[in-house]
This record gives sequence, structure tokens and C-alpha cells, in this order.
Amino acid sequence: MRKVGTLIGCALILVWCLLPVVWIISLSFKSQTAITNGSPGFFPASGDSAGWQNYQDVLDNEQFRRAIFNSIGISLIATLLSVVIATLAAYAIARLEFQGKRFVLTTALAIAMFPVVSLVGPLFDMWRAFGLYDTWPGLIIPYMSFTLPLAIWTLSAFFREIPWEMEQAAQVDGATSWQAFRKVIVPLAAPGVFTAAILTFFFAWNDFVFGISLTSTERARPIPAALSFFVGSDPFNRPASLLAAGAVVSTIPIIIIVLIFQRKIVAGLTSGAVKG
Amino acid sequence: MAAIEMKNIVKKYGDGFPAVNDVSIHVADGEFVILVGPSGCGKSTLLRMIVGLEDITEGEMIIGGKVVNDLAPRDRNLAMVFQNYALYPHLSVYENIAFPLRLAKVDDKTVDEKVREASKTLELDEHLERKPGNLSGGQRQRVAMGRAIVRDADAFLFDEPLSNLDAKLRGQMRSEIARLQKKLGITTVYVTHDQTEAMTLGDRVAVLKRGLLQQLATPRELYNNPGNLFVAGFIGSPPMNFLPATVEGTTVELPFGKVEIPADKAEKAAGKGLLIAGIRPEAFEDASVVDTSSSRTGSTFTATVDVVEWLGNEAYAYIPFEAPPEVREQLEQLERDLDGETLRTQLVIGLSGTTKIAEGDEAEIWVDTSKMHLFDPSTGENLTVDLDDAGEIPANAAKQPATA
Repeated sequence: MRKVGTLIGCALILVWCLLPVVWIISLSFKSQTAITNGSPGFFPASGDSAGWQNYQDVLDNEQFRRAIFNSIGISLIATLLSVVIATLAAYAIARLEFQGKRFVLTTALAIAMFPVVSLVGPLFDMWRAFGLYDTWPGLIIPYMSFTLPLAIWTLSAFFREIPWEMEQAAQVDGATSWQAFRKVIVPLAAPGVFTAAILTFFFAWNDFVFGISLTSTERARPIPAALSFFVGSDPFNRPASLLAAGAVVSTIPIIIIVLIFQRKIVAGLTSGAVKG
Repeated sequence: MAAIEMKNIVKKYGDGFPAVNDVSIHVADGEFVILVGPSGCGKSTLLRMIVGLEDITEGEMIIGGKVVNDLAPRDRNLAMVFQNYALYPHLSVYENIAFPLRLAKVDDKTVDEKVREASKTLELDEHLERKPGNLSGGQRQRVAMGRAIVRDADAFLFDEPLSNLDAKLRGQMRSEIARLQKKLGITTVYVTHDQTEAMTLGDRVAVLKRGLLQQLATPRELYNNPGNLFVAGFIGSPPMNFLPATVEGTTVELPFGKVEIPADKAEKAAGKGLLIAGIRPEAFEDASVVDTSSSRTGSTFTATVDVVEWLGNEAYAYIPFEAPPEVREQLEQLERDLDGETLRTQLVIGLSGTTKIAEGDEAEIWVDTSKMHLFDPSTGENLTVDLDDAGEIPANAAKQPATA
């Protein structure tokens, strides 16, 4: 009885979460005319199906290809920088006693709690003055400033879990502090590093507010912003099926990234380091 | 291979409390020295100063004729086994053992040779490809030792390596370590709080209390000639009995009656008033089973036995007594120093397994008074110690740290 209940509950949650996704996929396979005329069925009615045509059109679109490239580039660079800096900062916070440690941590948290929208105005002005407006760094920097605090908090929790003896053993074995960090601590904190990487990548990939406010051309415009500008051939008739296909395509990289990183997040990697 | 010389080593933490206070120990090349003491005595701190994980506040640390005070751990060429093993969980057993060699940029062929050799010595051959997480406690312990022996270090340092193992495995690993050390003939410093390990493993044992070296001697010397109350109470199980005593001539008055002691001991303790007599449980015997014709010096007294624990080959009888306040205070302090609970003052008597003494009996007990020690209650110093047979007893052993 309880098993049945669990199953029903899971099914309900799955339907609730996945229905929009499934519907977008369904839309992306319908032809434009079918959507304009109204096409209530889940599967395209006969003659309504567009086959892979929508995907073909989306991928042939120069603007869209450029946006995908921007998004992947910006998100990966932001993730990489954020994770590297956060790893070093978190290690210092977890291992060293220094003045103002609490201050650093609380400030980082405070920044993460700032509403994104409140920063868009000042950033818009600043970036135009600095010449960062509509460039990749112009997006990478704000993404980092919002993801770093979270990454630092996540990682410093991971580092604190690693027993001090690990570094000390490495040092006695002949390692410099840097070697001990690189060869022992970083591999042990790998699950934390990848968790932080996934969170950072999500934030950068899904961001819409910065993407639409701090860019003006396809030079740096990321996918979520680009989709909103995506008008197709007829400006008065938004191509819903094309947009759906674009949305599906833009979800694929994130699924791939999560699948890759997820494999690295193996719980209990530190088990066996020490007794108990 | 190197001798380790500690000269007046002091370690003070931020609050000025000396965790290690003016300790001087010379560990000869190839010697196995044990640092032992109750928790908080500074033994681990001292070991970590040898290896370089703690700064030395004052004094000189000389390893192989070279002052190493300011050298980083990696430049001291010492190998250490940590209490929790500190194996690298992301590396296989093979790579764990090879880790120090890899850091030293040794070529692959030599690494393989040395790792195989170490794993053979430690019987780890079939586990080389496994991860530490899948190993048992004893196997992890051996991997940690493998990592230490693989690299021709000048000395081995062990920080309570057996405290995480169960009792049976501990016994096996203890003999394993002793065998390995003898085989490799390498200078070894071993920290433990377990007196069995201290007595069985060490060439010499350094007993520490609150950062102060109490006595540095062979296990036999420590047992037979403890320098003070603390060492006497720490070494031996069940512990030495402490009784209030007054000496008049060659007669000592104990709570159970008067016994005769040898003249040389009596002379050393003459005119000191109230003393603490220390007698090990095995110095007593059921008077009815003692061969009185033997030349052993001894006296008998009678007492009512409270409890008897019969263990087969031997038995322990417990006899409660009342101690005067000044002695009681010193004994309570001693119990605190030894991490113990202050229980009632009672005499523990070791009897042979053939004894017929039962609970509640009025028993006649024989005591070998040549084995009796007399301690000064105010300083804890052993007045009857045979200095020729007691190793080193530092003059400052009884000094209390200022802030304690």
C-alpha cells in the first residue's frame, strides 16, 4: 500500500515538473501554421507535423548559432574562473586563521542575497563607461560576483571535512604546501568543486536579466536573451514552434554538462582516508 | 639513519601555556624510544615538533647532527604514521605507498621495485590495486606503515598508531612494529598512552606529565625504580598501591600494622615524618603459600579482605583503608594527573591462584618489603630510588607549570 502511494506521488511530481518540458518538445515538432490555427493534441495531427524542419531552421539561423556560442563561451569561462578562485579562497578560509575571516564570509553571503535587478542599472552605466558593455567580460564579471559566494561557501564546507592530517601527511612525505593542496586536497574536494561548477554553470546559463540588459548586439548576447529577440521571418507573428525548437536546443548543453559533472560527484569519496 | 637530539625543547601556545616544557631527550641511532603519558602531557606535541608540524618555541632539535628547528617537514626526511593513518583515499594502495617516491621524482622502475618490496614486507601484495576505503583497519595501518618504510627515512615517528584498532589486532600489530623496527634498525620515536605498548616496544621509555619529562629509562628500570609518585602510579597494571607510612628505625607503620624494611631504605627515609609507601600488588602474597625459609626479606600482617577477584593463574584481593588528609590530597591529585577517578583508598593485593583466601576472611598477608618505595608526600619524589638503576630523572620533573 505504501509502495503504491510512493509511486503515485512520484508520478504526480514527475508530471507536474516535466509536463511543460514535454509540451515544448511537442510544440517544436508542429508546423507554424498548425500552431496558428490551433493544434490542441499532444502529437501533431496529420499534416501538422513539421518533422525536423523547425530544428533545421533554428540551426541554420546565424543569430541563433551565435547566441549559443556566446552562451557556451561565457558560461564556461565564468564557471572555470569562479571555481578556481572559489577553491583557493575557500581553502584559505577553511585552513587559515586570519583577521576578518568572518567579515569575508558574511560579505560574500550578503552579495549573494542582493537582488540581481537592483544591480542592472548601475552596471549598465558603469559598463558603458568602461567599454565593457556588450562584451563577454561584461557578462562574465557579474556572473562571477553572484556565483562566487555560493561556490566559496560550498567549497569551504567541503575543505573543512577533509582532515588536517591529509596535508600534514603529504608534507611529511615530502610535498610543498602547494603540492599537498594540488595532489591531495583538490582531488579530495572534487565532489565539492563539481557541485560548485554545476551551480555556477546553471546560474550563468539561465541568466536572463543581465543577458538582455548588458548586451545590445549578437556580439555577446546569450541564448535566453536571444530567444526573446527571435522573431523569425514575420515580425508580427512570433514563430512559436521555432522558439520551442530553440528552447529545446538550448537545453541540450546543460543536460550534457550536468551528466558529465554528476559522474564526478561521488558521495563518500573521502571514506577510507581516516578510521571511522 | 640518524640520532635525534632534543635539547631543552619548549612549546608555548598563544596563551603562554607551556605544552612541552624544557624537555631534553637523546634518541640514539637505531634506538626505539617511547613517549608516554596521560592525555594532555605534550607527547604528541613533542612528536610533531620532531617532524616539523609544530614550531619550536625554545630549544634545539638536532637530527643527524643538523639543527632542524627551521626546516620544513619535507626537508627533514622523516617518516610518520598518523593516529588516523591519513591515507590518500583517491589513490590506490600502490600509489599511496609510492606517494613519497613520486614527490621525490624517483623513476618508475625504482618506484615499482621499492613499492613491491614494502608491500611484500607488510603482506599487502594482494591489495595493491584497491582503494584504502575498501580495506580493514589493520590493512590501512599496514599501508600507512608501507608509506613510511618505502622511502629510506632517517627516522620513523608513530603517533598512537594502534589506538584505533581492536584489542586483538593491536597485539598483532604491536609485535609487527617491533619486528619491523628491529629488522630495519631505524631510529624510532613512538607516542602512546598505552603502557603495555610502552613497556613492550621501547628500548627506553620517556614518561611525560603536563609537558615535563618525568623519567627516561628502560621499561625495567621504570618498573623497579620509578623516580616519583607519578611514574610509579602510571607504570604497572594494576597500579602500585600507595599507603600512608611513618618510618621509625627500620620499622614502617602502615594502616595494617608494622613491617620491617631493609636498613638502606630506612636510612634514606629517616626523619621525614609522614610518607607515602608504594608497594606493587605482586609484592604481596598469601602468607600461607610463601616459602618462609627463603632468603627474601619480608613481613606479615593481618587484614580483613573486602573483595577477591580470582582470575585463574592469579587473584586480586581488595582491602580498604583510611588515609590521613595530607596523603589523601596527594593521592587525589595523582589520580587527576593519571586521568583517573578518585575512588576509595584501598589496597590491591596480588595473590597466587592457589590461594584459599575468600571474601570477608581475616587473612595473613606477607609483603616483600625490599620492593617497597617511600615517597615524599609534598613533592612526590621517590626517596628510596636506586639512582644507578633508574635511567634519567630530570631535576625539574616535579616542577608545576606556572599557570596550571
